[in-house]
Amino acid sequence: MQPANLKYTRDHEWIGQDGAQYVVGITEFAQNQLGDITYVELPQVGRQVQQHEETAVVESVKAASDIYAPVAGTVAAVNEALESKPELVNKDPYGAGWFFKLEDIETSQLSALMDEAAYRTFLAEESH
Amino acid sequence: MQLIFDKSRPGRRAITWDNLDVTEKTGLPAECLRMVPPALPELGELDVVRHFTRLSQRNVGIDDTFYPLGSCTMKYNPKIAEVAAAQPGFAGLHPHLSSSESYWETCQGALELVYELERLLAEIAGMEASSLQPIAGAHGELTGALLMAAYHRDRGHAHKDTIIVPDSAHGTNPASAVVAGFKVVEVPSDANGQINLDKFRAAMTDNVAGIMLTCPNTHGLFEEQVQEIAKAAHAVDALLYYDGANLNAIIGQCRPGDLGFDVMHYNLHKTFATPHGMGGPGCGPVGVAKRLVPYLPGPRVVKRDAGFALVIPEKSIGRVAAFFGNFLIAVRAYAYLRYYGDEGLKDISRVAVLNANYIHARLKEAFKPAFDGRFMHECLFSAVPQAEHGVHAMDIAKALLDYGFHAPTVYFPLTVKECLMIEPTETESKETLDQFCDAMLDIAERAIHDPEALQTAPTSTPVGRLDEVRAARELNCACL
Repeated sequence: MQPANLKYTRDHEWIGQDGAQYVVGITEFAQNQLGDITYVELPQVGRQVQQHEETAVVESVKAASDIYAPVAGTVAAVNEALESKPELVNKDPYGAGWFFKLEDIETSQLSALMDEAAYRTFLAEESH
Repeated sequence: MQLIFDKSRPGRRAITWDNLDVTEKTGLPAECLRMVPPALPELGELDVVRHFTRLSQRNVGIDDTFYPLGSCTMKYNPKIAEVAAAQPGFAGLHPHLSSSESYWETCQGALELVYELERLLAEIAGMEASSLQPIAGAHGELTGALLMAAYHRDRGHAHKDTIIVPDSAHGTNPASAVVAGFKVVEVPSDANGQINLDKFRAAMTDNVAGIMLTCPNTHGLFEEQVQEIAKAAHAVDALLYYDGANLNAIIGQCRPGDLGFDVMHYNLHKTFATPHGMGGPGCGPVGVAKRLVPYLPGPRVVKRDAGFALVIPEKSIGRVAAFFGNFLIAVRAYAYLRYYGDEGLKDISRVAVLNANYIHARLKEAFKPAFDGRFMHECLFSAVPQAEHGVHAMDIAKALLDYGFHAPTVYFPLTVKECLMIEPTETESKETLDQFCDAMLDIAERAIHDPEALQTAPTSTPVGRLDEVRAARELNCACL
């Protein structure tokens, strides 16, 4: 995924279109803040989630954090590779480190999310 | 260091048993019987003594060194409390003496101690009553959350299903509320480290059953808006919970009950100097305002003309632990309280706050204070300036081990980047605080000129830098 083509949340998730589905992961900033990731808990495929619902869990040496659904939808696939290789999130957060894919999403919620420029501004404000 | 199994030699024994003088028949079916002896290490008594003595020497505790673990109140545990707890009248008491009314006369002293300690704890915090049953801080939180649930259930408040927890609350609060059956809504802090009152008011609906506050909060700051929060809570009959994790900062100065709190827990293993860390065992009594007394865990000790007796409160949530929780820990806390007395308790909080602010004053140029306000019993710094040189909070924590100190809490609370959370407690001398500050200033200097050395610390400990990531990722536990 190219960061420029993604949408972003204030909780540092990204979401990007892949055919009929939408891939969700966490940003470079988020993986950097979490530090070495040791464990990822993924949702059941088929689960319906609301926007901002706790959908996955990521655990690092520093903390455990919830990953929220950026938009409402149905979980279409999960990245099972993370179960044995959680470090993929650190190494390639926009690629092999994706978390889950959503389908039948609420598209109006998607357009309301930040684009890359807005997310960068948000990060700059947050770390003032 | 060799494991005790490495030192094992076939046939070596510490003690020799007499020959069995009863029948070997157990009555158990054959498939339940062990055919080969268990693989226990075989050693002489002296080997065992040396092995465990060496292990104890590789441990670190408050009796060895300064232990500024923020949010944990690792104060010195006066030895007089051990003397009290070792008295045979307490230590040799069978807990079942409290189980039957016909034996109560044999344990009046122990019942009096429970009664008196519960009374003193309630008085210290401005509560109506307390219960010693919960055996840990988080257990006290769970008990408090169950008490809130019982209160609302009794009043027919089925819609009150939510607990508000600020992001500066003690880390276990959300879990305790969820285990008690509540939904949790988190409220963020503002830039000054105080609860964001606008966001709090927005979250404060009629569905809120309670608010769990830590005060001072985990930013080490007194929640200055606590009385407004109490007012907003009580307007919708929500209960205000006081997490006593940081009671050491205010003990003898102000009382949670007077600030508007309805229910709380104490940590005897923090504020009242009972053993702490890696199993304590802990003791997390709950205190309650008058309207929650009927729901307290039972049985409770009451005072009658004929002596102390036990009763179950009419609407009790029941037992939350066997007997009276960790009774011998309660004996230690009682001894500690009587040892200090009213005036002494005031000195605890005065000196705890003074010590934290002394460290803050000495380190505030070299490390970035997390907030501008006046810290209470602990001071928080951000190692972001050091991180720019590649030295992170974890490296600073590890480097401190080489100076002979236990590390402070790091990366907590999550609201502060590269957080170092330092709680000195009142029991440390100025000389010790100075040695610690000198070490921290030395580390700050080295972070600029020699970051690589800090990244590989510690080098003087029995084992060097542990691979925490690998330990977490490749969990290999023989007992699982």
